Amino acid sequence: MSDRQPIVVAGTHPTLAGQQTISIPTALEFVGRTANGFFEWFGDLGIFSWKVLCAALTPPYEWRELVRQLDEVGSMSLPLVAAAGSAIGIVISMEARYSLSRFGAKSMFSTTLVYSVIQVMGPIMTGLIVSGRVGAGIGAELASMKVTEQIDAVEASAINPYRLLAATRILACILMLPLLTLAADACGLLTGWFAQAMVEPLSFHQFVESGFKGSKLNDFLPPTFKTAVYGLIIGLIACFQGMRTRGGAAGVGRAATNSVVLASLFVILADVVLVKFILVFFP
Amino acid sequence: MDAAYDIAMEHTEPEADSGTSVVAVEDVHKAFAGHKVLDGISLHVARGETVAVLGRSGTGKSVLLRLIIGLETPDSGSICIHGQDIAGLAMDRKGEIRKRMGFLFQHAALYDSLTVAENVAFPLEHHRRDLSRSERGDRVMQLLAEVGMERAVDKMPSDISGGMQKRVGLARALALEPEILLLDEPTAGLDPISSGEIDDLILKLQRERQMASIVVTHDLHSAKAIANSLALLDQGKVVIEGKFEELQDSDIGFVKEFLKQS
Repeated sequence: MSDRQPIVVAGTHPTLAGQQTISIPTALEFVGRTANGFFEWFGDLGIFSWKVLCAALTPPYEWRELVRQLDEVGSMSLPLVAAAGSAIGIVISMEARYSLSRFGAKSMFSTTLVYSVIQVMGPIMTGLIVSGRVGAGIGAELASMKVTEQIDAVEASAINPYRLLAATRILACILMLPLLTLAADACGLLTGWFAQAMVEPLSFHQFVESGFKGSKLNDFLPPTFKTAVYGLIIGLIACFQGMRTRGGAAGVGRAATNSVVLASLFVILADVVLVKFILVFFP
Repeated sequence: MDAAYDIAMEHTEPEADSGTSVVAVEDVHKAFAGHKVLDGISLHVARGETVAVLGRSGTGKSVLLRLIIGLETPDSGSICIHGQDIAGLAMDRKGEIRKRMGFLFQHAALYDSLTVAENVAFPLEHHRRDLSRSERGDRVMQLLAEVGMERAVDKMPSDISGGMQKRVGLARALALEPEILLLDEPTAGLDPISSGEIDDLILKLQRERQMASIVVTHDLHSAKAIANSLALLDQGKVVIEGKFEELQDSDIGFVKEFLKQS
C-alpha cells in the first residue's frame, strides 16, 4: 500500500468509482510550490527594483528616452483618460442629483461632485486606465524585445538596459500619473457641472465657489499626488514582467496580460493603503 | 574548392605576440536548471586570430559566446578579456569592457522600432557623444557601405532579408571599432551565395582591423573559410582544437563523424 494517504474530496465516498482524491503530500507539494513561486516573484521583483534604482541614480542619464516615454505614457494616454474622466463626471452628477434630492441635501451637490471626483474617482480611475493602456504596452514591448534578444543586444552594446529601458519608463509613469489625474479631474468636474447645468441653472462660478467652499489644499493635493505611487507600481510591474519574459509569442502575451492584471491589483491595494495613510497624515 | 571559399587562402596569421590572449576562457562550467551545458571548457584567442567554434546543436556554442560577453555568468571558471575577469563585474564595469567588443547575434537582434541607420547609430549615440550629429551620420554611412548596405539606410529591419539583417547587425557590432568580435552563426539560414558573401566580408574585416574573433557555427565550410583555428565541442567540452588539417588527421571518432557529416 502506498504511504500516501488519500483524503476524500468533500462529500464523496472513498470506495465509489470515479471519485476524486488528493493525497496529502500532493496537496502539500502544491501549496509549497505556490508559496515558493509567490516569494520567488517578490524576491525577483526586489532584486529588479534595486538594479533599476542603482541604474537610475548613476550617470549617464537617458534624457532623450525619458522624453520619449513621457510622451508615450502622458500624451498618448490623455484622450482615454479625459474621456473616462468626462464620463465619470456625468455619471456622478446624475447619481448625486438623484440621491441628494431624496435626502433633501441638494445644496451639497457641488461639494459632493468635487470631492467624489478629486478624492476618489479621478485618481483610481486614472490608475486603472493607465494600468491597462500603459501596463500592457510596456509589458508587451519589453517582452517582445526580450524574446527577440533585443534587450541582450542593448546590453551587448555596453548600455545598461535597466537604465535605458526600465528606469525611463518607470520615471515617466511616476511623473505623468498625477498630471493625467489632474486632466481626468478637470474633465470630470466640467462635464459634471455641465450635466447639472443642463437640468437647472447653475453658473460655473457658482459651482466652483460652492464646491470648493471651506476646502483646504490638503483635501486635494495628497489624493492627486498619491497617483505617483500608482505610476511607480504600473511602471515597475510592467517592466519587470516584460524583462523576465520567456517563451516566444505566448510569453509576450502572458507578460502583457500579467502586467495589466498585477498592476491593476496592486493599484487597488495601494489605493486602500494610501487612503488610510492620507487620512492619518493629512487630516 | 568552391570559388566562394577561395578567399580562405588569404588568411592573415595572428600577430607574433599572440602569447598574450585577448580572450582567455579557463575551465568554465555552466548548467541551466541542472542540465550541464559547458563542462570545463577552455579557449584562448589572440589579437588578429579567428577561432571557429563548431559542434552539434545544443552543445553550448552560443552559451559560450554569451558567457564571453557577460550576458551569462559561469558557474565556475574564469573568462578574462584583456586580462580582466568579466564574470564578477557589475553591469556598468562590464559595459566598459563590452565597448571593446562587438557581438553579432544569431538572428541579428536589430531594434525593430528603429531604421537600419538608427540601429547602426545606436551604440555611437550612447558612447560617442563627442561626435557631432553629422560626424555620426558619416560614420554610420561608412559602416553601412563597408557591409554593402548603404542603400537600405531608411528601411526598417522587417523590410530587409535575413542576410541583409546580418550585415546590418555586423555594421552595428563594428560601430565602436571593437578589438574583439563575437559572431553567433553568421551564416545560419542563409543561401550559399549570401553565406559566401558574409564570409568574404568577415575575412575582409579581419584583414583590415586585426580583431580577435570567435565565430560560432555548425557550417564547416564557413569555419574553414574564415578561421585560423577550429575548436570542436561535444558534451560541453572541447574535443579538439587546431587547424582544419589537424581535425582531418584526427583519430577521434566524433571528429571523424562530424567531418564526414558536414
